[in-house]
Amino acid sequence: MKVLVPVKRVVDYNVKVRPRADGSDVDIANVKMSMNPFDEIAVEEAVRMHEAGTASEIVAVSLGVAQCQDTLRTALAMGADRAVLVETDTTLQPLAVAKLLKAVVEREQPQLVILGKQAIDDDANQTGQMLAALLGWPQGTHTSKVVLGDGELTVTREVDGGMETVALKLPAIITTDLRLNEPRYVKLPNIMKAKKKPLEKLTPEELGVDVTPRLKTLKVTEPPARQGGARVASVEELVSKLKNDAQVL
Amino acid sequence: MTALVIAEHDNNTLNPATLHAVTAAGELGGEVHVLVAGEDCGAVVEAAAKVAGVAKVLHADAPHHGYWLAENVAPLVVELAGGYDHILATATTSGKNLMPRVAALLDVAQVSEIVEVVSPDTFVRPIYAGSVLATVQSGDARKVITVRATAFAAAEIEGGSASVESVGAGEDAGLSRFLGQELSKSDRPELTSARIVVSGGRGMGSGENFAILDSLADKLGAAVGASRAAVDAGFVPNDYQVGQTGKIVAPDLYIAVGISGAIQHLAGMKDSKVIVAINKDDEAPIFQVADYGLVGDLFEAVPKLEAEVSKG
Repeated sequence: MKVLVPVKRVVDYNVKVRPRADGSDVDIANVKMSMNPFDEIAVEEAVRMHEAGTASEIVAVSLGVAQCQDTLRTALAMGADRAVLVETDTTLQPLAVAKLLKAVVEREQPQLVILGKQAIDDDANQTGQMLAALLGWPQGTHTSKVVLGDGELTVTREVDGGMETVALKLPAIITTDLRLNEPRYVKLPNIMKAKKKPLEKLTPEELGVDVTPRLKTLKVTEPPARQGGARVASVEELVSKLKNDAQVL
Repeated sequence: MTALVIAEHDNNTLNPATLHAVTAAGELGGEVHVLVAGEDCGAVVEAAAKVAGVAKVLHADAPHHGYWLAENVAPLVVELAGGYDHILATATTSGKNLMPRVAALLDVAQVSEIVEVVSPDTFVRPIYAGSVLATVQSGDARKVITVRATAFAAAEIEGGSASVESVGAGEDAGLSRFLGQELSKSDRPELTSARIVVSGGRGMGSGENFAILDSLADKLGAAVGASRAAVDAGFVPNDYQVGQTGKIVAPDLYIAVGISGAIQHLAGMKDSKVIVAINKDDEAPIFQVADYGLVGDLFEAVPKLEAEVSKG
């Protein structure tokens, strides 16, 4: 079974992002970029399926600026077999990403696409579901366990009340939650090997996809800051303040 | 201008989370309709019709809607979408699962987890774990929106007298099947609607040690939550997780115990009215957002806090 894994280049999770001075967008010049953590989990899951003999080939895909190649090389170092970069300088929103991925799926014909449940930059949590809709495939979102059966997947999902298990006909989409696996550290020899793995470049035009953004960002602001930082010396003082000052007890 | 709110329910009761989406829909300025898709879900239809501000309830009843599979519900919503300018759901795990599928089938963008309605086409939503707020304008004819529950008050559950209309339930897409669920059982209030939340982090050390938080929570009538670190360590189940990719809470009182305060955790609780932090590390970032910080050993402080509260 061929598995496709889309990976997104995002601002590293340790970076605190601020708006630009003119409020037009966030300021991400010269900040550290990394693979979206949920996508690392997606790559790891595919690699584990490869190691277990259920995945025959893993294709990593990234969409965006030329530097997304770094993200793809990380995926290759983790164990993906080859990579596809759809290169564009246009800001891609989830619907455009889903349309581009649909075009890549039609070229590659995978049986399974594993995506992160959300990217930690725009926090949209949309792309996997949108891709599933456009392909007419079933979706297992927020998954913490995936078991391959005969022509179908059994997927355990993290839901608000606990866990839910569904069966999905193949081909299918799954999106990863935190507890699906713990991604491996990439070893140096694998980074060297990854440099030799094939990386194909495409453009949205070649795929015939209109990627014009549908949402316009009017402004970006910082939320009101909390006035925290006060200390209490004892539990007695804490309870007294919660009762008398804050009046929440 | 009319808005359609997709109701979340278990075929017996309307999930209170939906009431927040009803309020957001009302702020768009037009009529508010609610879709109840389920199996033998008449009780939910009745409840939805009584919600203040709802003008009409659409009722789709069929076995293939029994478990709210996105593959079956999304085409139904798309079928009904023609009459609506806005389609909304609350950003629960179910809403997040369903709505992008609807948006893509309609070929429109989704605006995720809005915290403010600026105008019928302009909304505010947090990005980068809530570090910044983006004001976005949708150019699509139809707007598909998920609503952050903590940012909108719940609509009143009484006072409405909506008309009810039965609609075709569509067909089973045959792509997915519900196999089962394991829901956490608790007599405590639900995490996202509790007035007080007591949360534990890595500092709790083990799942057994959460017993002291459970005991305090029972004394306070509080829900119990956790940081990602505590969930990843297996101390508590996933549905306890508060944060960027877990649950968003905004109780009157949030007590963070043994939680360092990573930005991803703060994203899920920093809109709480009063925040208390108990941590032995004086430098922990949680203290920067806490109204009352207590530096000390949580295993001494928590039982003492429970005793002190009990004094009345």
